[in-house]
Amino acid sequence: MQRIRFLFCLMFLFSSLTILQANDVAQNIAKIKQVQKEGQGNLTASKAVQQLSQSDASALIPILSSFEGANPLAVNWLRGAFEAIAARAIQQKKLPVKNLEEFVLDTSRNPRARRLAYETLIKVDPAAADRIIPGMINDTSVTLRRDAVQRLINEAKNLEKSGKKDQAKKVYQQALSGATDSDQVKNIVKPLRSLGEKIDLQKHFGFLSEWMIVGPFDNREKKGYDTVYAPEEKLDFAAALEGKEGKVNWKSVNTKDDYGIFDVAKSISPYKGAVMYCAADFHSPQKQSLEIRLGTPNAWKIWVNGKLLFARNEYHRGMVLDQYSVPVTVQPGKNVILLKLCQNEQDDSWAQRYQFQLRIAHPSGTGVQSQKPQSTTQLSP
Amino acid sequence: MKNEFLKLVLPLIAVCLCCGADWPQFRGPLTNNVATSETPPSKVDQENIAWSADLKGRGASGPIVVGNKVFITSTTGFKQDQLHVHCFDFNTGKRLWERQFWATGRTQCHNKMSVATSTPASDGKRVFATFSSNDVVCLDLDGNLLWIRGLSHDFPNASNSLGMASSPVVVGETLIVPVENDDDSFTTGLDVKTGIARWKIKRPRVANWTSPAILKSAPEAEALVLLQSSEGVDAIYPDTGETAWQYEQGAGRIPSTTVGENILFVPSNGLTALQPGTSSDPPKVLWKEQKLSPATASPLVYQKRVYTVNRAGVLSCGSLQTGEIIWRLRLKGPFSATPIAAANHLYLISEKGLLQVVQLSEEKGDVTGEIDLKETILATPAISNNSLFLRSDKHLWKISSK
Repeated sequence: MQRIRFLFCLMFLFSSLTILQANDVAQNIAKIKQVQKEGQGNLTASKAVQQLSQSDASALIPILSSFEGANPLAVNWLRGAFEAIAARAIQQKKLPVKNLEEFVLDTSRNPRARRLAYETLIKVDPAAADRIIPGMINDTSVTLRRDAVQRLINEAKNLEKSGKKDQAKKVYQQALSGATDSDQVKNIVKPLRSLGEKIDLQKHFGFLSEWMIVGPFDNREKKGYDTVYAPEEKLDFAAALEGKEGKVNWKSVNTKDDYGIFDVAKSISPYKGAVMYCAADFHSPQKQSLEIRLGTPNAWKIWVNGKLLFARNEYHRGMVLDQYSVPVTVQPGKNVILLKLCQNEQDDSWAQRYQFQLRIAHPSGTGVQSQKPQSTTQLSP
Repeated sequence: MKNEFLKLVLPLIAVCLCCGADWPQFRGPLTNNVATSETPPSKVDQENIAWSADLKGRGASGPIVVGNKVFITSTTGFKQDQLHVHCFDFNTGKRLWERQFWATGRTQCHNKMSVATSTPASDGKRVFATFSSNDVVCLDLDGNLLWIRGLSHDFPNASNSLGMASSPVVVGETLIVPVENDDDSFTTGLDVKTGIARWKIKRPRVANWTSPAILKSAPEAEALVLLQSSEGVDAIYPDTGETAWQYEQGAGRIPSTTVGENILFVPSNGLTALQPGTSSDPPKVLWKEQKLSPATASPLVYQKRVYTVNRAGVLSCGSLQTGEIIWRLRLKGPFSATPIAAANHLYLISEKGLLQVVQLSEEKGDVTGEIDLKETILATPAISNNSLFLRSDKHLWKISSK
């Protein structure tokens, strides 16, 4: 009888301690999730993360689950604690591999948390990659999807080498359906085109290719960046405006470039000390949170539906696809995008580019097309 | 009065505490590229490689050494947005731990550079790792996270499309982090315990890849931090960010100011030797010499001589007093890494991975050893406990006497 009582007490103590630890974990996670910009909450979070990092492996899944709703700063704090606990659990052979795999496969979970679970899992079970990755071709996690796309690219290359062109084509097409990183897209599109496939890359990435453009306005001594010219006050495509070299009018332009690059210097004129305004429509079936992804070596400002979203006063520090990602909430129906593109007066050979590329994408990088039936990006009055 | 005294002395003590065998930040304990009591091998060959450790991803940041641990940063991923801090055992090269974080700022940079170009720093208890995304991570020496800041997350226009490269320095209780660029340009002093800003000052709005240097003009003087920009050099108080004095005749934006013999050697108008100013007196130009103009590598002051490396890979030795060239030696360049000095030798690693050891004498320099590591190396090496540490994207090497 006494022995039963003792066992009961022991069980009670153990379950109490487990509950206490779970409460501590939850409290520390909550404190960490309070961190905000400019170090707000750092003092509390620093204490909490040090306590949380000492938890046992049972804290791993709760930490991953807590990524949902956490800001990017808090996610990194949580990751720090997760990795410290996971490293110990791996050493002690106590990593909850089954739970981690379930977490990776649960697409309702936070994409970054799933990726972290995956990376931790394959440290002890490398074969998990073969089980998990092939099903990730359209996953919400950018990096899990990238791994799946890479597998398909490798498979298609092997098929192509062994002369199975039709099969290779199908696998390349499947890979393209999930590819958003430009290196992978290039590795898919080149062989696909050589196999006779026509691919609309502008459509794939969601580039805006048709624009209304007006200028040049004065940007000598880079003063035009902060000067408010007429298009910033009112968009009237019929109006003649006072430009740097006299009256200027809006005109319709487009680009056929695969990557949506519109080159002002080549297509219009290699203006120096100039401001050009470029406008395009984007039609959305519903209100949604998307990203404007811009690449340009020039200084710029961007407005959507008259609201300034972001501005960047930097010249000739390079241009790449998705150089800038600006979050935007688009409204149902027509959304008007206005881009102010500024060129400086540098005469160095490497400082002559005057161009941009702009696409609309989901935060995962997948391109989003304008959904007006008749025309994708044509400006309408 | 007591507080004032402590205010003056504490930063000095902190700097001195770091001066043992550790190499706690970019260009060493005093940010002057010199290891005073070290004797790394002078006649090197392949047999001097004590160990090498595999690295993944990319990185142009230098290694740092604290106690028996070597720390290094790198980045991985298509967008190089996964930020790594690695810790290796000093003696064996065994990986002790690794931590990863996600970049919260932009990670675009020039192909030659890396998102992990800034060398981490340590105050002996903590490691501070900064990246081109302007994320600042503070870990204890066992890899436990203490705090994080996302400076581009906080200030979204604080970025450089060619990449950020300035390394932080620690003085006393302050981590000085330059975030200087074409748009929202600033330098901030973060509390080493919490990451909360003790101060933040506006800086010239021009891309800047130089790193701060520490100036200790006298044992009893307060340490100052030298911030270089296209406009010149600002000497600031590390605990407040307030300006002590300024040199306003312009300076380079890649090689950084070095201090030696209580003189500043500023990449300005070639190379300018500057006597430090005071709160009441501006700094005084001692000499300017175009022939000593440094390329990417920062100048070095050692044994009362100043050394620079030009674009052609020529090492120049100049007089501290006049800037007159004393001797020159053509090396196999080009060089991005800053040369470091110990035991009467200079250690220079070329971009192609060729380590060249130069023995110094009054009239000339002689190459006494070479090791071809056959990988691109841009990072400035570290010296600690008579060993040299070098890194490429793929490897971290320890070079020691046989």
